[in-house]
Amino acid sequence: MPLWLELTIRVAGVVVAFLTLPLIVGQAEHKVMAHMQGRLGPMYAGAFHGWAQLIADGVKFVQKEDVTPRAADRPVFQLAPLVALVPYLLVLLVIPLGPDDLVGQALDIGLFFALAVVGVGVVAVLMSGWASANKYSLLGGLRAAAQLLGYELPLVLAAASVAMAAGTLSLPGIVEAWEPWWLLWQAPALGVFFIAGVAEIRRPPFDMPIADSELVFGYMTEYTGLRFAFFLLAEYVGIVVIAALTTVLFLGGWQGPFGDDYLGWLWTLIKVFAVSFVIIWLRVTYPRLREDQLQRLCWLVLVPVALAQLVLTAAVKIAT
Amino acid sequence: MTAADVLLLGLGAVAVGSGLLVVTTRHLVRAGLYLVVCLGAVAGLYLVLTAELVAWVQVLIYVGAVVVLLLFAVMLTRAPIGASDDLDRPGWPALLVGGGAGLGLAALLVDAFRWTKVDLPEAGTAERLGTEIFRSWVLPFEVLSVLLLAALVGAIVVSRPDIGTRE
Repeated sequence: MPLWLELTIRVAGVVVAFLTLPLIVGQAEHKVMAHMQGRLGPMYAGAFHGWAQLIADGVKFVQKEDVTPRAADRPVFQLAPLVALVPYLLVLLVIPLGPDDLVGQALDIGLFFALAVVGVGVVAVLMSGWASANKYSLLGGLRAAAQLLGYELPLVLAAASVAMAAGTLSLPGIVEAWEPWWLLWQAPALGVFFIAGVAEIRRPPFDMPIADSELVFGYMTEYTGLRFAFFLLAEYVGIVVIAALTTVLFLGGWQGPFGDDYLGWLWTLIKVFAVSFVIIWLRVTYPRLREDQLQRLCWLVLVPVALAQLVLTAAVKIAT
Repeated sequence: MTAADVLLLGLGAVAVGSGLLVVTTRHLVRAGLYLVVCLGAVAGLYLVLTAELVAWVQVLIYVGAVVVLLLFAVMLTRAPIGASDDLDRPGWPALLVGGGAGLGLAALLVDAFRWTKVDLPEAGTAERLGTEIFRSWVLPFEVLSVLLLAALVGAIVVSRPDIGTRE
């Protein structure tokens, strides 16, 4: 296969994943939340159990007026949704779906790339919070920045533990090195990574920056139409990215009960959707944390646990 | 000129241009955002020079953490939207020092290397950097980590006035 054809196919594959997976997760969120709360959720759009609800939402968002507040810093305000969305698209490039190079672009330091690029999302939140010229937005932006900076640390430490255990920073390499008993040995890191990941994408119960009962809608208050839709899409892609990273790092990626070679992609997808389901489940189950509880959880629980896990990993690695 | 040369020149121009904007703009927060662009372009330069790990460390630490802290601090204190006309910046001394250092270093490097061709070393993968740091550069690495630890402890002591006071 010529290089350009292979490149096109890979990029197209990633774009298709970027366009479909978040929609599936979004639709699942509508339905799962509804059923957990004893209601039906979307039922009409697309006739069968409201499967086209998000497409209908998209059409609605496109039609809405794109309002920029007069006092806002126009270019920064308009750029922020894109800065929020693009990092997640880039991360999807390096997440392996199956064995034998079934990945957008296999990077030697894929894990590092993913963490670095996810971290760029904070800039978008600060941009939107500040440029809206709205004190609720600014408060939301500041809360988000404090939260993201704090939770970045346990996230990176937990990922470092797995990288140490596998002896590589390449995501396919980590999946190859993974063995089922890691579920036990790396369990604290799995917990820390998952919790910090949920906080990193600002999902409930870690949605202090949005906190609709006190901050209207946080840094997204002033956004309308397509730009607001971009923020929503970024949230759903965020779920997919965190679920996929958890899968690849801690749950063995494409390794399944049988047929890893040809069914690997299926195992990965099943695990990604299972983790996404748990993220949605958390939203319905837990009340929002208070700002001080949020920081306390991060610095007094997650960081020490992650450090202890690093020590444990290093000890086991040296002993074997 | 190869594609790498073009990329280097382009990214260098972006880095210098946004760097200039950082110090000349009258919009406080935008200065921080231009700094993001500048540091991102420098990360791009590292990538072109095949130092992958350094490039992504640059993005993770500088774009993802340092600039965000900076913006955070600016927004906590005073961050008006629009131009601030009451900024007092010592323009000329800064221009002299900054421009002098930049041009002086550039002249020195150009004079030192002339048209010498330097082959790129092997790609700066994580493995190679790890070997280098923990084989040849262990002592500086350890000294640096002690220095950072001291800075950390110092920051905690400075920020908590209740430590060390006796009643």
